[in-house]
Amino acid sequence: MENTIIKTVNYSSFFGTHQVVKNVNMEISKNTVTAIMGPSGCGKTTFLRGINRMHELLPDARSEGEILLNGEDVMKTHPILVRQKVGMVFQRPNPFPNLSIAENVVAGYQLNGIKLSKSEKEQLVEESLTNVALWKEVKDVLSKKGTFLSGGQQQRLCIARAIAMKPSVLLFDEPTSALDPISTASVEELFMKLKQDYSLVIVTHNMQQAARVSDKTAFFMMGELVEFSDTKKMFLNPEKEETQNYITGRFS
Amino acid sequence: MKNHLNYRIAKTKVMQWLVYLLAFLTVLPLVFILIYIVKAAIGAINWDFIVNIPKPVGEIGGGIANALLGTIIILFFATIIAVPIGILTGVYLSENKTGKLSYWVGMCVDVLQGIPSIVIGIIAYFWLVRPLGSFSAISGSIALAIMMLPIIIRSTEETLKLLPNSLKEAGYALGMPSHRVILRIIIPCGFSGILSGVMLAVARVAGETAPLLFTAFGNPFIETNLGKPMQTLPLLIFNYATSSYEEWQNLAWGASIVLLAMVLSFNLLTKLITRKWKIQL
Repeated sequence: MENTIIKTVNYSSFFGTHQVVKNVNMEISKNTVTAIMGPSGCGKTTFLRGINRMHELLPDARSEGEILLNGEDVMKTHPILVRQKVGMVFQRPNPFPNLSIAENVVAGYQLNGIKLSKSEKEQLVEESLTNVALWKEVKDVLSKKGTFLSGGQQQRLCIARAIAMKPSVLLFDEPTSALDPISTASVEELFMKLKQDYSLVIVTHNMQQAARVSDKTAFFMMGELVEFSDTKKMFLNPEKEETQNYITGRFS
Repeated sequence: MKNHLNYRIAKTKVMQWLVYLLAFLTVLPLVFILIYIVKAAIGAINWDFIVNIPKPVGEIGGGIANALLGTIIILFFATIIAVPIGILTGVYLSENKTGKLSYWVGMCVDVLQGIPSIVIGIIAYFWLVRPLGSFSAISGSIALAIMMLPIIIRSTEETLKLLPNSLKEAGYALGMPSHRVILRIIIPCGFSGILSGVMLAVARVAGETAPLLFTAFGNPFIETNLGKPMQTLPLLIFNYATSSYEEWQNLAWGASIVLLAMVLSFNLLTKLITRKWKIQL
């Protein structure tokens, strides 16, 4: 399919001998929001961290199979290149506490030793912060430390930091689970805007969130991809019984 | 029920006062030492005392300029030697929490911390002074650097271990290689902790005498050549306090208070700096 940006072929990940993700075959389309949901410990975060090869940083971690990003196998690409193309936002906002707001936005360049001219930097900061709807709030305090912001603002700052690298895919690992409802709403609103330029993959344990923000939803259970379809179909008329049970709250 | 409550309140009071008493007892020796040294030395201290070198027996006056300068020089070079090795080892230990090599390195650091300072002095004597053929300031610096290492390594390691893992992940997720994550994120974020470890190490070895006895040796004159014997405050105190001349004993008292002031102000400075540069996580 031409519209596919990520395609996994028999992708599995392990911690030691314990297989956490089992033979996942999945195609993620460009400019969509894909939600991954499932009960705790179902391997959804591990799968997500496999896409930008963060999984292998953990002790005893390894993975098998292929993940094709625009047709190229990320397992055979250098992880640093992969991570520059695939941005990631974490569960807890993690701006660099030693850097200012503006420095945080361009951290991907500066800390990697890529030189930017002053005007390039200013433009990149304004553009990225505008994209995450943070520019108006912080434009007068750009030289303050990023950690002075509220949790929701920090999370948007982290998103700005990720998109400043101009990746093609953005991965979100439960991006709103540490945020209050108002901040959550502002981040969710952002997803709608971001999908015009990027492809988003969001891990969430919040079904309502998956239903609200995503175009397609994948349901993981015990490391397996149980069902993957349009979000509407998934929630109204799921194919599998497990999905039905999960959605109706018979287990969580 | 009421009685029981009263009993518990009374017990709390007793414990509280016991804690106050013990805390007071801890502070007591420090207060006595300070009072005693200040009383004994206050007469000896003045500007001439700081800028002059000791005079021969029989002459009035004389100071500790040679020892003060020597202490500063020897400590400076000891710090230059110990800081890079110590910080890098600390980073290694905090980055590799498991594994045989880090286990053994950690073990060696603990053992190193337990080696008596006189033994380190004698090792430096056999390894450096004898082959080089002369007592030298630099061999004293190396002996002190060895003593500083465990303190710097452990404080670096403990500081970095406390940094949340999410910071490192943020760096890796931006495509940073691990050496950049360490140099540009981990070390800057733990900077105040690392610095306070370094300062504590300096304060700790500033008063060391034993490793300097057979390395820096001592020198009655001002010496700035690292290859030559050099006087330091602890050596001066050791030599002059045990002499039988009253002038020299007074000189030793004066040197004591200067050394004490140096170490105390270093400790205070450490506290100030770490508070000011602490990074809010």
